[in-house]
Amino acid sequence: MCLAIPGKIVEISDTDRNSASVDVLGVRRRVDLGLLEDDKPVTGDWVLIHVGFAMSKISEQDAIDQMRTLAMLGETEAALQEVQGYGLHDRDDKRPGEQPEASATSQAE
Amino acid sequence: MRFVDEFREPELINKAADEIRRLMDPARHYRLMEVCGGHTHAIYRFGLKDVLPPNIELIHGPGCPVCVLPMGRIDDGLSMAADPDVIFTAFGDMMRVPGTQGSPLEHKARGMDVRIVYSPSDALKIAKANPARHVMFFAIGFETTAPSTALILMRAKAQGLKNFSVFCNHVTIIPAIRAILDSPDMRLDGFVGPGHVSTVIGCRPYEWIATNQSKPIVVSGFEPLDILQSILMLLQQLRKGEARVENQYKRVVPWEGNRAALKAMAEVFQLRPYFEWRGLGFISQSALRIRDEYAEWDAEQRFRIPGIRVTDPKAAQCGEVLKGVLKPAQCKLFGNECTPEHPIGALMVSSEGSCAAFYNYEHRKTAALVGLSSVANLSSSA
Repeated sequence: MCLAIPGKIVEISDTDRNSASVDVLGVRRRVDLGLLEDDKPVTGDWVLIHVGFAMSKISEQDAIDQMRTLAMLGETEAALQEVQGYGLHDRDDKRPGEQPEASATSQAE
Repeated sequence: MRFVDEFREPELINKAADEIRRLMDPARHYRLMEVCGGHTHAIYRFGLKDVLPPNIELIHGPGCPVCVLPMGRIDDGLSMAADPDVIFTAFGDMMRVPGTQGSPLEHKARGMDVRIVYSPSDALKIAKANPARHVMFFAIGFETTAPSTALILMRAKAQGLKNFSVFCNHVTIIPAIRAILDSPDMRLDGFVGPGHVSTVIGCRPYEWIATNQSKPIVVSGFEPLDILQSILMLLQQLRKGEARVENQYKRVVPWEGNRAALKAMAEVFQLRPYFEWRGLGFISQSALRIRDEYAEWDAEQRFRIPGIRVTDPKAAQCGEVLKGVLKPAQCKLFGNECTPEHPIGALMVSSEGSCAAFYNYEHRKTAALVGLSSVANLSSSA
């Protein structure tokens, strides 16, 4: 579904202001801030992430609520799998058949 | 009440349910549509039907992007990827969706270079890492994912990336709601509005539903309490004879939406004159195409696409289910020929599809009760 994943901004890249390191349940991945142009988050802010892009700034309490929602919906694993998939892990150079198989989790809404 | 014990605040759930009972007119039958597939999934998962009185009927709406994508578009996308120089990229939920010649995953098994990406920006990364090949991103989704696609197209253009294109299948939610309201066999009393689409578009685009169609709509969160509160808010309006847009999901949805996301979409996309929706037919101005300024990165303008049209299998009644005219289990194929393991219709493919949700949370339970162990033993993950 529209898997909205809460994450905390740990670091914003010096070279690319749209690229942030975000912590999601202990997993750190690059998340794009390009869609929060009007209301740029800073380090320590919480954001809701869709398909690798921060879509809205939220409060810490909302982030906790959202994590609980994901757990209730049984989607914590899917969310972690999605976040772990961001950035590809150098899978780019591998030929088909060699890539780690990801199951079909729902992302697009 | 299966999942009530798991609820965070069972007393609040019960209070909301009591309040719903108090406010409703017992002589009236309420038909409320939850537009978003995420809500459909949550409603089945939490067994909310068991919490609600029987005269409140929830109709499952069109807000599942995989479900409404016509099979011909999957064939079109895969036909472009038949070229060995092309790398086909898509979200995980596309991978098992059947085209006439099989799903993307089956094409991959036959040797086609098909890759799952979790973010559109990773498709761009693959293009940069493989300059000798062409990377096509099969884009689907409503306004929640469309801004991300828009942003990577802006970056591809800014960076002059020549070996990347998007096959755009983005759709917009408002025209689908309009088509449903215009459908003669459809009677609805109100809408549970989509949560995450509204983080982008805000609440204003729903105002015509209230003013022109005199139907209340409440934008809702995804927890059981959120959904019950939204139903309660709808009943409060209906009781007073009102029709307004309300926002139950204020903690995430700003009334004005996300301006930067809307700006990116306006820069890159324009409305198609019409687009085919699986089960709903052609709906005017209901989908996005890539503007001519970005033609170089538009797979449809760059490749010769066959424009395949596929009629759904006659026996499958996806359209009727999608419009809420039939319940999933009333379809002739449900549970025998069409299952989450072997989906025939798209509503069975995605966990947000009403057939898959019904199958996973209702049908398996019933099957287990009557001792059909072969069905009950199947994994419940779609």
